[in-house]
Amino acid sequence: MVNEKIIWAYLEDVYDPEVPVLSIIDLGIVRSVHVKNNHVNITITPTYTGCPAMQTIEQDITVKLAAEGISSYKIETAISPAWTTDWMSESGKLKLKEYGIAPPQDEVDKSVLFSDPIVVPCPKCDAPNTRLVSQFGSTACKAHYQCQECREPFDYFKCLR
Amino acid sequence: MTTKEALYNYTLRMGDDSLILGQRLSELCGHGPILEEDIALTNISLDLIGQATLLLDYAGELDKDSRNKDQLAFLRIEKQYVNILLVEQPNGHFGDTILRQFLFDAYRTALLERLSTSKDKRLAGIAEKSLKETKYHLKHSSEWVIRLGDGTEESHLRIQNSLDKLFRYAHELFYENEVDNLLIKEGIVPSAQGIYPVWEKTVNDVLEAATLSLPKNNWKFQGGREGRHSEHMGYLLADMQYMQRTYPNMEW
Repeated sequence: MVNEKIIWAYLEDVYDPEVPVLSIIDLGIVRSVHVKNNHVNITITPTYTGCPAMQTIEQDITVKLAAEGISSYKIETAISPAWTTDWMSESGKLKLKEYGIAPPQDEVDKSVLFSDPIVVPCPKCDAPNTRLVSQFGSTACKAHYQCQECREPFDYFKCLR
Repeated sequence: MTTKEALYNYTLRMGDDSLILGQRLSELCGHGPILEEDIALTNISLDLIGQATLLLDYAGELDKDSRNKDQLAFLRIEKQYVNILLVEQPNGHFGDTILRQFLFDAYRTALLERLSTSKDKRLAGIAEKSLKETKYHLKHSSEWVIRLGDGTEESHLRIQNSLDKLFRYAHELFYENEVDNLLIKEGIVPSAQGIYPVWEKTVNDVLEAATLSLPKNNWKFQGGREGRHSEHMGYLLADMQYMQRTYPNMEW
């Protein structure tokens, strides 16, 4: 018998194609799972509007459900309420750090144009002395930093609120 | 005009602004002045095209001819695009690209902040989502305006020229006609008078920090909202529409 708890567990096995250590549950993009008369309804939300990973994620969910023998399902996308990095799980943030990506820091509102730069500790050596290299990184969700202590260049998963 | 028709027009305008500016920035992929800015400008392009997808998807649902987002994006003729002239202006040098972006980002941020509480839930949802991205774009573009304006003698001169050249297109950001009047009355969209002071303050604050000054002339160019575009638009469309015109109904 299919139930919502089982589906949530299945979705733990679906990973972000661009940050392959994070499951889509860790990322917080699965917004709801409903099961009624063996029909499964899953609602996901995009991280960024132009994120090219969304299609792949939808396909990967389809593949996972098929592998588990579920044939009656619908995957919907909702943009509101808008995704925020606050929805990322604590274990997800730890996994990111272990993978070498600095997890989102508590940032002030970006609409404050002249705010002080934030401190992003190095994911390798934890030194707070790091430097913003580029506000944009290899994907829409990341910025590029370098550690001034161990010299490691690293990605920072930007805080989005 | 019905509310639905007005909403179609309004959503199409926003979608076209995002799409055309996104297309312009995508031209810089592999051609940015430095690697970091190549990545930044194409990331912003991706966000804008993502936002255009949401907006044109909604416009398609409101369209009396039921065109879908791809048909709206790729199969209209030049006169049917209602983006403002600013966003179709060529990339020029880096200062031109950044100044154009800054004038647009400052406006879009102010607009989206108000639209996110629109009575139209769909539009409010798109605005709420887009705002998170656009705020970051504004941070990026305003920091560069300051760095270039308050930089070397050469960079100051060049971005001041960009401002002198592009500011005449900024007035069209606040274009209004019966479409806006109807939607403002119904509490669906904010009025230009509501957004202008916010935009003006951002522009003045950043230009002051950048030691730049507004051009003394009061030239105002417009026409894009009514489908009258600059000579640059046709070339942009030829490039953007090529695949869909050559391979009708193609999908990625």
